Amino acid sequence: MSPTLDQHHPQIEFDPNDGLALLEGKGQPVTAKYGIPLAVLIELTHKCPLQCPYCSNPVEMERARNELTTQEWKRVLDELADIGVLQVHFSGGEPTARKDIVELVQHATDCDLYTNLITSAVLLNREKLAQLADAGLSHIQISFQGSDATKADRVAGFRNAHAKKHEVARWARELDLPLTVNAVMHRQNLDQLEDIIAMAVDMDADRIEVANVQYYGWALKNRAALMPTIAQIDRATQVVEDARERLKGILDIDFVIPDYYAERPKKCMGGWGRQFFNITPSGKVLPCHAAETITELDFLSVRSNHSIAWIWQNSDAFNRYRGTGWMPEPCQSCAFKEIDFGGCRCQAFALTGSADNTDPACALSPYHSATFKTAETEAETGATRFIYRNFAGGTLEAEPQDGK
Amino acid sequence: MIQTAPASLRRMLATSQSAPRLARGVKLRHDETRDRWVLLVPERVLAPDDIAVAILKLCDGNRTIAEMAETLAEQYSAPADQITADVIEMIQDLANSGFLIDGGKS
Repeated sequence: MSPTLDQHHPQIEFDPNDGLALLEGKGQPVTAKYGIPLAVLIELTHKCPLQCPYCSNPVEMERARNELTTQEWKRVLDELADIGVLQVHFSGGEPTARKDIVELVQHATDCDLYTNLITSAVLLNREKLAQLADAGLSHIQISFQGSDATKADRVAGFRNAHAKKHEVARWARELDLPLTVNAVMHRQNLDQLEDIIAMAVDMDADRIEVANVQYYGWALKNRAALMPTIAQIDRATQVVEDARERLKGILDIDFVIPDYYAERPKKCMGGWGRQFFNITPSGKVLPCHAAETITELDFLSVRSNHSIAWIWQNSDAFNRYRGTGWMPEPCQSCAFKEIDFGGCRCQAFALTGSADNTDPACALSPYHSATFKTAETEAETGATRFIYRNFAGGTLEAEPQDGK
Repeated sequence: MIQTAPASLRRMLATSQSAPRLARGVKLRHDETRDRWVLLVPERVLAPDDIAVAILKLCDGNRTIAEMAETLAEQYSAPADQITADVIEMIQDLANSGFLIDGGKS
């Protein structure tokens, strides 16, 4: 297949200090053709032994029978490499729940792709991890639910998950696999942040992603139990700033603050259809892993008779919120419209009922103050019981036994 | 060849005798589609400029910065001492970002 892409060379801004710039097409006019993203997220399956209440998978998960086959995924990887994608992130659900994970990593390596495994780690044994390393896996990202085993296992809804993750992290080190700790943060674990960072240093991780929960899908169902207080966010920000200074060159720290407490919306996905897409277990190509929550959009699949490049450049779903032409007021006349690209469409849909609206995270949205007040109230008085993620639409956590 | 030092010992203080190499998970490759060198790191793709590429290509964990500077001095017809200072500065920045570590001769 020959993709019909205009050769587009992003203009790069060079940082005079280290001669490096992020290759993401900075300074590119918004009317430019959209070059193929550098990295793509591949969700191999929605199956997962964990039941985290903030799972980023859709509430309506894809059944295993609809998943792409090994051969179909290999064809996808070939096509991605062919059109200029450089990195693939294997995710899920739990990507190692697929029996062909080693074969797919090997195939990606053979295509000269940089491979990242985003995993809960609980299904891995040492032999499997060694096979993945031998297959050329470039990097592994292991999720942690906290620093304390009892609390972390409660969030994951999986016994001994925390201990198992530590064991796999140790194997990753022995096999010399670069390791990122992914810590999803919310009200019930945010106060452990210092310990979690120390834990990442102890396990000799290269990076930690401190990712505050984003509230769509499962997390929105659980918002009252997860929303942090402003005081927690302020303290966490300080903890991260101190740790960044202290751990320079030792541990790289990524920090994403929850946009409910922001004045301006986040540049979600770098802008809709600008530099990211993901592929779902059944092969749908999405501008964002939460995009299916916007029920009025139709997404094309790699099983359609269109190439991935065609879907990226021409499909209605990708063009619907691309650039700035679609924006309503107050976005249209806003000086920041090419900075945040209107924030998050999924959040606009979830909180206002229409993905066309201004993201309520923006202070200029008529929904902003109500949203912020809700968050504040939930953070102060919300219940702590989780609704666990599963294929049955969620299960409410049992009443706590010890009153805590 | 590849060593796994505890994280606290990995941070490199660049001197003319350091022998830097790419850290785990960092790959320098030529991107045919965009016709440029890229540095692939976890979750990001970076675009080194020509000077950074020239330096990164020499970071094999064996060459010292002093040796690298000699090579670059020839390549760019510039005095080696001056180049050494610039290279140390750039390598320190790259090390601080976690992309380079000491090759471990010491």
